[in-house]
Amino acid sequence: MEFILQPWPWYVSGPLIAVVMLSLTYFGKFFGMSSNLRTLCAIGGADKFSDFFKFDLKSQRWNLVVVAGVILGGYLGYHHLRYDTPLALSLEVVQDLEAKGFTEVGAHLVPKELFGTQVLNTPKGWAILIIGGFLVGFGARYAGGCTSGHAISGLSNLQLPSLIAVIGFFIGGLVMTYFIFPQLF
Amino acid sequence: MKNLRYLLSGMLFGIIAVKSEVVSWYRIHEMFLFKSFHMFGIIGSAIAVGALGIWLIKKYNIKDVEGKPIVFADKAPLYKSSLLGGTVFGLGWGLVGACPGPMYTLIGTGIWSIAIVIASALLGTFVYGLVAKKLPH
Repeated sequence: MEFILQPWPWYVSGPLIAVVMLSLTYFGKFFGMSSNLRTLCAIGGADKFSDFFKFDLKSQRWNLVVVAGVILGGYLGYHHLRYDTPLALSLEVVQDLEAKGFTEVGAHLVPKELFGTQVLNTPKGWAILIIGGFLVGFGARYAGGCTSGHAISGLSNLQLPSLIAVIGFFIGGLVMTYFIFPQLF
Repeated sequence: MKNLRYLLSGMLFGIIAVKSEVVSWYRIHEMFLFKSFHMFGIIGSAIAVGALGIWLIKKYNIKDVEGKPIVFADKAPLYKSSLLGGTVFGLGWGLVGACPGPMYTLIGTGIWSIAIVIASALLGTFVYGLVAKKLPH
């Protein structure tokens, strides 16, 4: 139990993610999280606006059940299977964020400067969450997959489009982290 | 019963996502700064074990749970959209530090502001559907 409650090292976590992917494969399905966003749009009536959202909803229902499980797993993992210990982050990153005005760096899973309820008092706080989410949703569908579908499933199956998409993930992520984020904080 | 399988697979992922800290904005920020091996180790070992599993499934023609052959659909050979869409995705990932799987996971941890991110990701998906035909693929 002690081992479960500690943070899991990469060499346990990575192979377990592969187990999730392979289990869904064995169940005759696939590991792809962002396609649920398309399904949810279709359920919300997006099929009236674009053919992109016209497909058999029933065929995607299994993946929404996966999402329900992910939310439940997040709840269990966070509230029942974890000590509330700070993250063991790189000291350089901690110091850099502190210099930018972040406090309690690594004390919680996410920084309150980005996700705390107080950010909802500022237009900047809303803008970061809205723009970031929009780019993830738009980009995932444009690329044909996200970290699960392209990086894990696609690269495991040696797919060239997935390699190109992952290169894109890093181009975007590096531009954000090195050039845009420093303008924001 | 089938739904239980999918629910358990999802639960396992949600638990791993929290326990490995891949749901943490800090871990994604650290990855893009190349200041920690953690995320590279997770993604790299997931791909290595995943590739071995897929290779074994193909080599031994392993059937799925219902006895049907397992078919691995090739990703469409769309290189422009993979690169351009991937870059757009990366900009968002680098900003909010969460890709779709961790977004759902964070709801479970009770970080409610992620709901704004998810709502906006749905909007982004919707807008892609509207303009998809006009974009290079």
